[in-house]
Parts: sequence; C-alpha cells; structure tokens
Amino acid sequence: MLIAITFYLMAFTAVAAAFMVVASRNPVHSVMYLILTFFSAAGLFILMGAEFIALLLVMVYVGAVAVLFLFVVMMLDVDFVELKQGFLQYIGIGATVALILLAEMIMVGAVYFTGESKTVVPTDPNTTNLEAFGQVLYTDYAGAFEAAGLILLVALIGAVVLTLRERKGVRTQNAAKQMSRTREDGVELIDIEPGQGLG
Amino acid sequence: MFQTLSTFLPELFLALSASLLLGFGLSKTNDRSVIVRYISVGVLVVFAFMGYVLDRPDGVSFSGLLFNNDFSDFLKAIIGLSAAAALMLSKNYFQKESLDRYEFSVLTLYAVLGMSIMVSANNLLAMYIGIEMQSLALYILAAFNRDSLRASEAGLKYFVLGALSSGLLLYGASLIYGFTGSLDFETIRASIALTGPTTGIIAGMVFLLCGLAFKISAAPFHMWTPDVYEGSPTPVTGFFAAAPKLAAMAIITRLLIVPFGDIIGQWQQVIVVLAVLSMVVGALGAIMQTNIKRLMAYSSIANMGYALVPLAAGTVAGVQGMLVFMTIYIITVIGVFAIILQMRLRNGMVEQVSDLSGLSKSNPGMAFGLTMLMVSLIGIPPWLGFFGKLFAFVPAVEAGLLWLVVVALVASVISAFYYLRIIKTMWFDEPNREFIRAPRTTRVIAIASILLVIPVLILPGLSGAALGLADSAAQALFAQ
Amino acid sequence: MRTSLSLPIFVCEFMTNFLIGYLPVVILFGIALVLSLLFLLVPAVIAPKDPDFEKVSTYECGFNAFDDSRMKFDVRFYLVAILFIIFDIEVAFLFPYAVSLESMTWGAWLIVMIFLAELAAGLAYAWKIGALDWE
Repeated sequence: MLIAITFYLMAFTAVAAAFMVVASRNPVHSVMYLILTFFSAAGLFILMGAEFIALLLVMVYVGAVAVLFLFVVMMLDVDFVELKQGFLQYIGIGATVALILLAEMIMVGAVYFTGESKTVVPTDPNTTNLEAFGQVLYTDYAGAFEAAGLILLVALIGAVVLTLRERKGVRTQNAAKQMSRTREDGVELIDIEPGQGLG
Repeated sequence: MFQTLSTFLPELFLALSASLLLGFGLSKTNDRSVIVRYISVGVLVVFAFMGYVLDRPDGVSFSGLLFNNDFSDFLKAIIGLSAAAALMLSKNYFQKESLDRYEFSVLTLYAVLGMSIMVSANNLLAMYIGIEMQSLALYILAAFNRDSLRASEAGLKYFVLGALSSGLLLYGASLIYGFTGSLDFETIRASIALTGPTTGIIAGMVFLLCGLAFKISAAPFHMWTPDVYEGSPTPVTGFFAAAPKLAAMAIITRLLIVPFGDIIGQWQQVIVVLAVLSMVVGALGAIMQTNIKRLMAYSSIANMGYALVPLAAGTVAGVQGMLVFMTIYIITVIGVFAIILQMRLRNGMVEQVSDLSGLSKSNPGMAFGLTMLMVSLIGIPPWLGFFGKLFAFVPAVEAGLLWLVVVALVASVISAFYYLRIIKTMWFDEPNREFIRAPRTTRVIAIASILLVIPVLILPGLSGAALGLADSAAQALFAQ
Repeated sequence: MRTSLSLPIFVCEFMTNFLIGYLPVVILFGIALVLSLLFLLVPAVIAPKDPDFEKVSTYECGFNAFDDSRMKFDVRFYLVAILFIIFDIEVAFLFPYAVSLESMTWGAWLIVMIFLAELAAGLAYAWKIGALDWE
C-alpha cells in the first residue's frame, strides 16, 4: 500500500516536472525541473530495486550533468524567448515523433503481456543489485570496465584539446617559485655613499 | 598466462602505447608532436601485423568479450595500415595550418583501439564500447581545428547524430538482450534457434542495423556525411573515409553472420534497402557537388552501398567480396585524399573541383595519378576498382540478387559521370593557377596508392595472397 | 506468463526489507522538506513587510541595472564542469566495488587499480597541461 502511494507520487512528480521542463519560460527553471525529474526517476528505480541506476541518476545526472546544463544555459547567451517563437512551426513534426514513440511504448507494453520476453532471474535474491554488479563488473566484464576507463580518458583529452586555451601575458601566481625564493635572491644590500645616489 | 594475454595483445599494445605517448608528448619546453606522430605510425604498423606475425590461437578473452580469429586479424591489418597512412598524411597539413598538437596522434591511436575492439567484438557490450571509443575520438578529431567555424560545426553535427545513432544501437541491444536473455553473440544465436525470430528480436535487430548504418553512412542515415567531410580538416576526412567505415562494416558483418546467421530472411531485405538507397543517393547526390570533399562524401555513400551488395548474399563468398571491395576502396580513397592534400596554393588549401582545371598542363604527374584513381573508382576493367566490384557483385548474383546487381551497375554508370567530370576538368580545361610543390610524404603515399590500383604491378604475386587472406577471414567468421 | 498485474511493482518480502533500508533517506528528505518550508513560511508570517516602488526595484550600487543579470560564462567553467563529470562517472564505476568489497578478490583489486591508473594518467595530463590552473 505504502509502496503504491510512493510509486504514484513519484510517477506523478516525474511526469509533471518533465512537462514543466518543456513548458517553463525561464531556461534556468527548466533545468531545475529537470533535476526534479531525475530525482523522481531515481526514486522509481529504487522502488524497482534498481539501486545502482538510481544512484547513477543522482550522482551523475543531478550532480554533474544538471550543473553542466546550467553552465550551458548561462554560457550560450541565447534569447530563449526568441528561440521559442518558432515552436508552433515544429509542432507537426514533434507530434509525429511523439506519436511514433507512443506506438513503440505500446508495442513494448504489449510484449510484456504476451510474455514473449525472457525474464532474467537474479541468481541470489538476497544480494542487492549493487553487489551483483560488483561481482561481475570487476571479473567477467573486466575488459569492458577497463575500456570504459579509456573512453573516459579520451573524453578528458577531448575536453582539454577543444577548450583549453593558452592565455598569453597573464601573470600567474607560482606558489612553488614564491616559496623557493631565498633571501639571497630577493634582497641586495648596497652600501651607498652619502650624497652620491645609486649612480 | 601468455595464452590468455595473446588473445588481446594487439589491443593491450595499442592501449599501453597510446597512454605512454600521452605522457611522453607532454612537454612544456619543446614540441614533441612530430616525434609522437612518427612513433604512433610505427605503433600502428606493428599493430597491423601483430595478428599475423604472432600466429596466436583463435580464442576468446575477457570471458567472451572479444573473439580473435582470421577475420579480426585481417581487418586489424587493413585498419592499422590505413590509419598509419592517414596519420602520415596529416603531418604536413597540420604543420602548415599551425594546428599540430601531439594529442592528434594519441587520439588517432585511441580511435584505432576502438575499431580494434569493434572488429573483434563477440558481445553486444564490447561492440558498443568499441563504437563509443572510436566515435568519441573521431568527434574530437573532426573538430580539431577548433578556431574554424566549419570544423566546429562538423564536430558538433557528427557528435549529435552519432549520439542519436548510439541511442538507436543501445535500444536495439536492449531489445535483443530482453528477448534472448544474453549479450553474447553465440548465446543469442542459440536462443534465436530455439525461439525463432520473434517480433522483439527482429525489432532489436533492425534498430541495431539502423544505428550501425549511421556509422557507415549508408542512406537514409547519411545526412551528416557531406557536412562532416567538408568541415573536418582534410587529413581527418581521409581517415574518416577509410578505417572507421571498414570497422563499422566489419561489425555489421559479424552481427549478421554470427548472432543473426540463421535468420537471413529477416535481415536480407534491410541490407538490400540500405544498399539500394545508398547507391542511388550517392550517385545522384554527387552530381551537383563542386567541392571535392563533399563529392568524395557522396562517393563514399555510394561505395558503402556497393559494399552492402555482397553482404546481402550472406555467404562466405559474399563476406569475402565485401572485404576485398572495402580493401580496394580504402587503398583508392587514401590515394585520392593524398592528392586532395596537394591542392595547396600559396595562401592556403583549395578544395573546389574547378581548382583542378588544367592540372594536366600545370602538374601532369598529379593529374595522371588522380586520373588513375578516378578510373579505378569508376571500375574500368584493368584497374583494381574493377576487381573490387567484380568480387562484390558476383556473390550477389550467385545468391539470386540479380536485380540488386543491376541497380548497382546502373548506379556505377551514373557515378562515372562525376568521376569523368573531374578527369575532364583536369585534362581539357584551361589552367588558371598552379599548386605549390607538395611535401614528400604526401607524394609517396599518393604514388604507393596509385601503384596499387594499377594491377599490372601486383597481379602475379600479391593479389593471390591478399585474396587468400580475405578468403580465410571470411571462412573464419562462418566457422565461429 | 505473468499472472498478477495489479501493480507495476513487484512486491515481495525481500523488496519490502530492501526498501526499509531506504527509510533513513526518506526521513532525511522529510526533515529537509520541513526545514526548507519552515524557512520559507516563517518570514512570510512574522517578518515586517513594507514595500514601496524604490525598495523593490532592481538595485545596482545606486544605478539602474545596466545589463541582463545573466551573462556569458567563460568557456573555462565548462572545462571544469566536464572534468568534474568525468571523475564523477569514475566514482560511479567504483561504487559497486565499495559495496561488495568483502567478497572481492585480489584480481578484482588489480582491475580496479588499472582503472584508477587510466584516470590518474588523465588527471596528470590535465594537470601538467594546465587545465586545472585558473590563470
């Protein structure tokens, strides 16, 4: 009973917030609603027992991707009101795509009822799926795991290559250089004869 | 220990050398991009021959993630060599445009690592990871000239459509997993043999093929190709036209033959539709193009169509025909790009077809070479391109797809028009300007490619051996 | 074939136990919700309110506002955010290891260490090339 209430609460929040992502005028609000959508989706995943995916949603999507979205919204400096002017132009195409997606969802749902699909049964019902992930990710799927690490490395190189710029003529503070300065480097004692100046 | 290690040694070698080069190239004081490029070319050549020289046993590694056999060895050889050639071609271009950064070579190595994982993938997960590693590196390479608006646009377009295709691919993979209960190719095959092709399996397979059709730029998933080819730096375009196409073609072949080998009736029509549309779009789209890179983009769309023709047969000879055709196409296209890279005036690169006018008078050697390559692309008998098409189309005829071959021949005739137009521009139009003398590496690669497409030089010894390799590769795939 | 489809949720004893494990999280969210609502509502009730036109208008050091308050961010923020995402995903990959640490073999430890080394190489690269420096 409680689970059912939680489910409907989460599901309603997710759908309503997703609608608001599209409907709200302010792009920053859109991102905030997107975060709410991610949170409710994470809750739904937990209800299904898929806690790893729920954690991924909270950690990666809420924690990082949403922040990036905010940056992009800020950085692009696009007049979003103007951008939305053409909304009605694309409504036909958008509706078509939405209908196709709906038809696909119904088809997937239909398969659920015909029982054509395979049900993958967890080997040990008492391990949570986070532990189940751990048991295969670092053994059977070790190769894929390492390759995923390399993909992250490529992404990192790409981000640096495409955005990092050398700025000329910027005075940067070099702490190590400051610390390694000695009294001898920095201070020079000069005896000055009175009335002669530094000459 | 060495037994297990040897099954994924090429990948390990690439990953280690790429990561070490990433650290080695990092030097504040002196620019190491040139030496990193030479080392990378060496690494790629070693990688290319590793499969054959080591004579390692066929087998799986990482509990069925990768499966190496003659098929993957053959593809790794071609991919490694073509990537090495593309990397050599990039040297002068990037130096002239003062874009040279050592990350370019490192990213090329990672892209080839991704392709290597793709061609030996034995599992939907490995396939996806290979594709992502390759694509991510290629997106960056496309936008490598980050101050150019067109290059950034090319990178962005490539990325957005690539992400879309990855989405289709993942959706298909999840359907396949849901309906067969496994990611492993052989288990999927066994499961399909048990249940027959259910709706879900067919839907998943079609989604997988759509996602992969993006990667080989087969119509109707070709929209990104002309813009990306035009916008990317020219050596990168040359790279795009060669190795990634072959890798994606290989994973399509592996998918069709291994997990879906028993339901050829289901996928044959998909492949036929992709082939026909690609050939028609490629042949007709190129006619109006004035930019030679866009023209080559449409040419590659058409050629992917030809390569899909033997695949539709689904036989050993068909796979062999595809491999032979793709190899010959790659040799030719690298030569073409080596010549496009020589189209440099004093104040920069030009890439219009009209810039080639009167080349036969101003630079007869280059005109002769490009003519040879174009004639080979048309597929006129003594040149190598003819044998590529011969090997591609005969298996399709044998499998009863005669009408498909007729379409392919008509498309070849139409596309002969724009290849001939280039030849006509070079030989019969008045010269208007002169290109500056091309650097040696570019000329050497162009000459090597031209010598390869003139078959009189290689017919006796090499071609027999190459055909044997392609044949054993195709056999290995079916034996799996 | 599934027989009971009264709810989209598979309810069994294990699931209930599993969900009860999330009770602290629910309580945490409850407290957060109550506190934040409190901070919103209490001022609305007890704070003195006496707005006039000048008081509620946009204020910028005595001037009227010059620009839109949203301005372009430097692209460097973006680089920092991307680097953050990459290492965030790395952490996500390590999560299952942390949870099932007790049943892990040394082989798994080695695999995780290689994974960390790959990312450490990336970190070293970003550091050395100056992607982490601000100016």
